[in-house]
Amino acid sequence: MTPLTTLLTALDALNSNKLRSGLTLLGIIIGVTAVIALTGIGRGAQESITSRIEALGTNLLFVQPGATVTFGFAGAAGSGTSLTLEDSEALRDPVLAPSVVDVAPEITTFGQIVFERENTNTQVVGVTPSYLPVRAYELEDGRPFTEADLARSAQVALLGSTTAEDLFGLRHPVGHTIRINGRPFEVVGLLASRGGGGFGNLDDRVLVPVTTAYYRLGGQRTAGGEVTVQRISVQIADENAGDAATAEVSSILRLRHRITGEDDFSVTSQVETIETLEETTQTFVIFLGAIAGISLLVGGIGIMNIMLVSVTERTREIGIRKAMGAKRRDILSQFLVEAVLLSLAGGIVGVALGYAITHFFDGVELASQPLDMVFSTDIALLATAVSGAIGLFFGIYPAMQAARLHPIDALRHE
Amino acid sequence: MQHSPPVIALQDVAKTYRMGRVSVAALQGVSLSIDRGEMLAVMGPSGSGKSTMMNIVGCLDVPSEGRYLLEGEDVRGMNDDQLAEVRQGKIGFVFQTYHLLPRATALANVEMPLMYGNGRNRRERAREALARVGLAHRAAHLPSELSGGEQQRVGIARALVKDPSILLADEPTGNLDTKSSDEIMAVLQRLNSEERLTILLVTHEMDIARHTNRIVSFRDGRVVDDAPAPDPLLAGQRE
Repeated sequence: MTPLTTLLTALDALNSNKLRSGLTLLGIIIGVTAVIALTGIGRGAQESITSRIEALGTNLLFVQPGATVTFGFAGAAGSGTSLTLEDSEALRDPVLAPSVVDVAPEITTFGQIVFERENTNTQVVGVTPSYLPVRAYELEDGRPFTEADLARSAQVALLGSTTAEDLFGLRHPVGHTIRINGRPFEVVGLLASRGGGGFGNLDDRVLVPVTTAYYRLGGQRTAGGEVTVQRISVQIADENAGDAATAEVSSILRLRHRITGEDDFSVTSQVETIETLEETTQTFVIFLGAIAGISLLVGGIGIMNIMLVSVTERTREIGIRKAMGAKRRDILSQFLVEAVLLSLAGGIVGVALGYAITHFFDGVELASQPLDMVFSTDIALLATAVSGAIGLFFGIYPAMQAARLHPIDALRHE
Repeated sequence: MQHSPPVIALQDVAKTYRMGRVSVAALQGVSLSIDRGEMLAVMGPSGSGKSTMMNIVGCLDVPSEGRYLLEGEDVRGMNDDQLAEVRQGKIGFVFQTYHLLPRATALANVEMPLMYGNGRNRRERAREALARVGLAHRAAHLPSELSGGEQQRVGIARALVKDPSILLADEPTGNLDTKSSDEIMAVLQRLNSEERLTILLVTHEMDIARHTNRIVSFRDGRVVDDAPAPDPLLAGQRE
């Protein structure tokens, strides 16, 4: 039997029982649609997380002090006091560190911020003038910090847009005086909103000069009386310069700290952070895909069920065909092609439906969070291929049952 | 007249079925030879072994003992697929209950056996076969739209379409009224006399058997009589 005749015969058989074929198809359609839609949600989440991190800038390295070790017990990373303001300035070296464009050291504490009757508790970040360009903040109003502010540990502050709203409502904050942990600070500027939200809200913070944060808002002192910082953001030429910059920064700090053994600081890049998060969210995507895959499997079992019924119902037809000279292979391929046609058609319709759903629901607000859905071609191709394979897998047993029938018994079947 | 090998040659054929521990002998020592162009009837009560013999002659089953030569070719030792190939090329079946595919048109039913061979012009040959049984005008009809006699003629066309060495008809008129039976026998007789088609038909009606030239009687798995038909009938000439 030629492949074309086999295909036509199979189509004819499917066509003759439309309702049954349709319902069987539905099982696969639902499965494939679920796979496409759920992985779409997973991939959407992945992309939105990645893009939020990328919004922070992929051209950044973060230098943090190593963990403190007290009687052999390691503290959290960043709890040490090994980095100082001088370390930070030393990284600004065009000869030893050509990949470094700018550096922005910072100290983060939490403080109670009060303006008149309003108050809020948020991050107070001690920064230098280079913080705004390095971390891509823009001023909506007022002025940035100056070296003079740093030199005299001025009690001046820049407000993030969320903090400003909490304290001032619709009023204009620049020029007013707020209290941070009881000390008066003059608001000299308002930061433009960065948007986003969720973890590490970039708009809910108060910036003060790093020296002010260190001397007036607490902090530890080093033996040499230098200002210690908790983190140094290093802006690099471009994201490909990450490895070179990491090496340069590390060698400068080792020299300064006279390190021969283990480093007392760590350098991480945004790219690394993104990679780590992508690995995590990949697990999420696989998890969602697996759940949807189960429904695809159930659809496959539906195909097997229907094919078994079909073989029993058409026993006489099989007998007639065999008496007329059909070989085992002819009968086997006829039923197998029917099963694969069913599942493959279901797969294709499912992909189309999944595509429609992904586009329709992308950006729709769900529990006040926009739902990000991404249609991925690789998943679509995979789902189609898997549905075809499912037809083959679940069709082979019924088809073999059919091919094995003896013509005499099959003809006698009522 | 030049001597050619018989179309069918059964030599001492026996068939035993095993039912649990008991062996049942369906055929014992059957020898039968059928020449090209013969038309013969096989008669016998049910259980006499005539169906078993038909299955063996039709290559649906193989003998337990003895030899079966189809046009000089021994079918012993053939596997299922080789037997299917022999059936495809050389055997035309006509069944008592027609066994047409209900969802296929008359033409598609006739064409079906050709799909398992490698023949060309399948549609053309199927039309031709329908014309030979006088049903060219019913080609597009489904079996359910045809009378019993017409359905059986489609069945005959389906058996004819591959130009078989022998046409095996198992009670071809068993489900038909007298008039339709007559039509069927007329078609078979014409195919035999005009096209020299070898026809073996199984029946238990003497009236039908008398349309042939030779009657073989079975009883208890053995051939008990093999003689020319007494006062042969030409279809449509009933007394």
